[in-house]
Amino acid sequence: MTLLLALLLTLPVLAGLLLLSAFPRVQGVLVVAAGWVTAAVTAVVAVELAAVVGRAPVAPTLSVPLLGPIAFRYTVDGLAAVLVVTVAVIGALVLLAAAGEPRLREGRFVGAVLVFVAAMLATVTAATLPALLAPWEVMGAVSWVLIAFDRRDPAVGPAATRAFLTTRTADVGLYVAVGAALAAGVPGLALAATADAPGGWRDLLAAGLVVAALGKSAQLPFSAWLSGAMVGPSPVSALLHSATMVAAGAVLLVRVGPLLAATGWAATLVAWVGALTAVVLGVVAATQRDLKQLLAASTCAQVGLMVLGAGVGATAGAAGLLVAHAAVKALLFLAAGGWLAVLRTRSLPVLRGAARRHPVVGVAFTVGAAALAGVPPLSIWWTKDAVLAGVPLGDGLLTVAGLLATALSAVAATRAAWFLWRPTRSPSIRRGADRPRRHVPVAVTAAVVVLAVPAAAVGGVGVWTGLVPRADAGELVTTGVVVVFAAAAAWALHSRPIRLGSAVLPRLAAAARGWLGLEAATRAVVVRPVLALARVLDRADGALGAALPRAAETVPRLAREVDRRGERPLAAAVSGVAGGVRRLGDLARRPQTGQQHQYYAQGVVVLGTLGVLVAVLVVTGVR
Amino acid sequence: MLTALWLAPLAVAAVLVAVPAARREVVLGAWVVLAVAEVGGAGVVWAAVPRGGGFAFEVAAPWIPAFGVGYHLGADGFSAPLVAMTAVVFLAVALSALRRPPDEDAARTRAFVLLFLALEAVGIGVFLALDLVLFFVFFDLSIVLMYFVIAGWGSGGRVRSALQFFLYTFLGSLVMLLGFLVLAVGGRTSGGITFDIPTLAARAPVTGPAGVLALVAIGVGLAIKTPVWPVHTWLPPAHTDAPAAGSAVLAAVLLKMGTYGFVRIAMPLLPGPWRSAAIVFVVLGVVSVLWGALVALAQRDLKRMIAYTSITHLGYVVLAVGAAGVVAAGPEARTLAVTGATVQMVSHGLVTAALFLLAGVLRERGGTSEIAAWSGIAGPMPRFSWTFALAAFASLGLPGLSGFVGEFSLLAGSLPAVPVAVVVAALGLAVTAALFLRALQSMLLGDRHLPAAAERAPAPRIGRFRAPSSPDLRVVETTAVGLLLACSVAVGVAPAVLTTTIAPAAAQVVSLVSR
Repeated sequence: MTLLLALLLTLPVLAGLLLLSAFPRVQGVLVVAAGWVTAAVTAVVAVELAAVVGRAPVAPTLSVPLLGPIAFRYTVDGLAAVLVVTVAVIGALVLLAAAGEPRLREGRFVGAVLVFVAAMLATVTAATLPALLAPWEVMGAVSWVLIAFDRRDPAVGPAATRAFLTTRTADVGLYVAVGAALAAGVPGLALAATADAPGGWRDLLAAGLVVAALGKSAQLPFSAWLSGAMVGPSPVSALLHSATMVAAGAVLLVRVGPLLAATGWAATLVAWVGALTAVVLGVVAATQRDLKQLLAASTCAQVGLMVLGAGVGATAGAAGLLVAHAAVKALLFLAAGGWLAVLRTRSLPVLRGAARRHPVVGVAFTVGAAALAGVPPLSIWWTKDAVLAGVPLGDGLLTVAGLLATALSAVAATRAAWFLWRPTRSPSIRRGADRPRRHVPVAVTAAVVVLAVPAAAVGGVGVWTGLVPRADAGELVTTGVVVVFAAAAAWALHSRPIRLGSAVLPRLAAAARGWLGLEAATRAVVVRPVLALARVLDRADGALGAALPRAAETVPRLAREVDRRGERPLAAAVSGVAGGVRRLGDLARRPQTGQQHQYYAQGVVVLGTLGVLVAVLVVTGVR
Repeated sequence: MLTALWLAPLAVAAVLVAVPAARREVVLGAWVVLAVAEVGGAGVVWAAVPRGGGFAFEVAAPWIPAFGVGYHLGADGFSAPLVAMTAVVFLAVALSALRRPPDEDAARTRAFVLLFLALEAVGIGVFLALDLVLFFVFFDLSIVLMYFVIAGWGSGGRVRSALQFFLYTFLGSLVMLLGFLVLAVGGRTSGGITFDIPTLAARAPVTGPAGVLALVAIGVGLAIKTPVWPVHTWLPPAHTDAPAAGSAVLAAVLLKMGTYGFVRIAMPLLPGPWRSAAIVFVVLGVVSVLWGALVALAQRDLKRMIAYTSITHLGYVVLAVGAAGVVAAGPEARTLAVTGATVQMVSHGLVTAALFLLAGVLRERGGTSEIAAWSGIAGPMPRFSWTFALAAFASLGLPGLSGFVGEFSLLAGSLPAVPVAVVVAALGLAVTAALFLRALQSMLLGDRHLPAAAERAPAPRIGRFRAPSSPDLRVVETTAVGLLLACSVAVGVAPAVLTTTIAPAAAQVVSLVSR
């Protein structure tokens, strides 16, 4: 069992690293086959593990000590069993679909996807904080590699950097959380034991985890990176938005539900952030003209509902919604990618009639869109109601927000479907002759058709098997009616647009279409001040660096001063003294002329002087 | 064993001096062979380090008995990993030196090799020294040798940068010597004057004004070498103007002498003053982290940017050793902090040396390491791009690489002691990620644009073979950088190899600080 878990975690990462390091530039069928076999084996192992966990109350565990109190422990409990199957299966299908695009049949791409999937598998099975943190960060870095895959495109660099940087900044919260858990003495730093941490440390722990999870899940105010991530290849979007990356934050919040509840504030905060994101990004989704952007915004909104579920304690419902949404969103993104490959556009008005032109993909897409809308009895209807059933009865506002989000997601899904099923208008779609390719790649079609089954049925199966709680009938009927009404209204309004006199609404819609300026706001509030601070500090650093040499230059200046004021006068004085002495010496030498008669004369003068002196002394002494 | 380990490079140097007619290939080859042998020797020493703490291969002999100066060497959990890191970095530098321009004067090549051999001896010696005077001698010799490397083989304003480096760090080392004297004399009450580190650690520690004076003097000296804000300003010009090999050694080995001094000398010998000054080190560490990261973000030259990230990475180390002085937190967390700090030293040495060697490749090919001068190089320079991306991710602390192990454990271990400081410093993680991503994005992605010199693809003739005309990494360069990064990956994947060696020594220092 432990062996199976070890295989699950190491097989894709080793295969991925091998492809990345040894065959990054190799293209073609061998690479694709290697990647797909790995992914398929991983999926089989995941299903096997889930079956083991389902049959008997055991939790296969893999533990690797790091140092001291820190250990890496991975466990497959009930939640993890469901999630590993979701992640592995969707990973395999995404790799299958990616094989449809020739430029993605490269070792670099397949390897990165495998590492990415492995990181998500480790994230959902992590039982301790360090075990969570490591793959969590790896996932962020690999997302950078995947989004920036088309490296010539000037748009990918900033988008990839924004994605990694946003999540990385939020990840600082995880580092803080680990430290807080260590300080609080959480045994083994286990996620399950975090709720028992004492007072202040528990608050810090919860705050760190919440920030990290919201960043990864692209919840408000971190949502902007998800919009930019759309420049990556479509299979990458399908992976990022369904079972991995954005889902990781929701998984973490579901796991630490008891901790959130124990703090008293974190659960409420999380529920409200989730609800707010579901509504606001629901509006953003409903106004998009770009298919991938519409799907991206709707991802934020759906994950918002999962986060809401984690906040109100509807963990089973949130997990169910996660699985259902993963299948649905993977399907929708792969279909959008298929059309992008054929029609070279993501613009909804240009995509008119695409579903009629490619009916198989079109029908599968419609199933997914209906599920996304929450049409009964498809999967998201069941699971979303399981989440909403968890909202406390007294909390009217949260319930209203939940219903509003439901209606908005119905509108967005209907909008996409309406455009795709319009009678063909675009000449390029009608003729189809000047296009490089006439059909959606077979691999994409196959993946999409396979995904349509879980997209439709997984919610119902979950309720039937009892994994997802069943909401009461009244609620199910209510949301069903809301969805059908909203979808019908959206369809009607698209077919017969109503011209409104007001100029405000179009402007609001334009703002929503631009993701409410979230990116510009992030730029203005975070990026620009940080860069400005960096420049200011750079100048200050230059000044600091110049100050010391300047201070050091005072040493030579001091030396010159000492030289001028001290050394030279001193030297002058010394040479003055020396000159005086020399002059005296000259004077003293002057009598030494070397001539006999002058010496005699000098002797006479001296003796005379002495005689006078003696005479004077004698005279004065006698007296 | 240890004596042989640090003397071997000097012996090879002596042979090279004695045989002046040796061809430059022989000189370079001898250096590589020696570097490989040193890595092996360092491995043997590491394996012999007692897992329960204490020193391996201890050598003690009187040197100047009148003043209590001895020749005392030993390897414990702090020194062995750093010696191994030093040996690996020098091997990488030796390998990359195999591609020195073939038209270089043979005498000049010889001088270069001799300087680096001496640097290797000194670099290994400083981590093995268990005597304050011996430590000081190695410490100072490294400054002198590095001065010649920068002034002789540098670029730009090399003479000025080298002089600034020399004066700054030499002044610091003199202040440090003053502190050593206070330590030796202050401990006299319980025995004669001694400079022996284990003996001083076993004695009653120096306290009171003398202790504070000693800590200030030693702290200033080590802080300049580390370097800690605000005495870091010698570092960027020195790195920018030094040759790539010199930058790699400067960052990997010489800077570590500062941080190593904290755990080897300042903390165990001055526990009382260290506890009272812990918060100063924590604050300086946090300021260094953020200052270094933000200023690095504003840099346009790759080498300068990497130089500033050194200040960030070693700021984390200073933060952690400061936090280890806050006794209120439990010994377990503080041991984790010191262990993490040591892992960070090793990791920074490996990764930053790799980054500097890569920046040197850019400068050699295109004549510039300006970030804006290179764009879209993932196409024409795939090997460079992969190694550079890996090194950048290692430097920003990605799990699976060594930087993560160090930063993760030191941040987690320091948080119980100084929560606010750690939360603030952790923001440096995001800024570091930003600056490396900016460089990766700007250099690797986008349209292909190389400096004219690199685009012309110089194809030097080596013997009868024409070198490949790609500006990408050559085999020896890939080997050199790959060696460093492989060590980083090894530490990241199996950190226990490193941490089990360090932890006993860290626990011992933490208990000494708590005295």
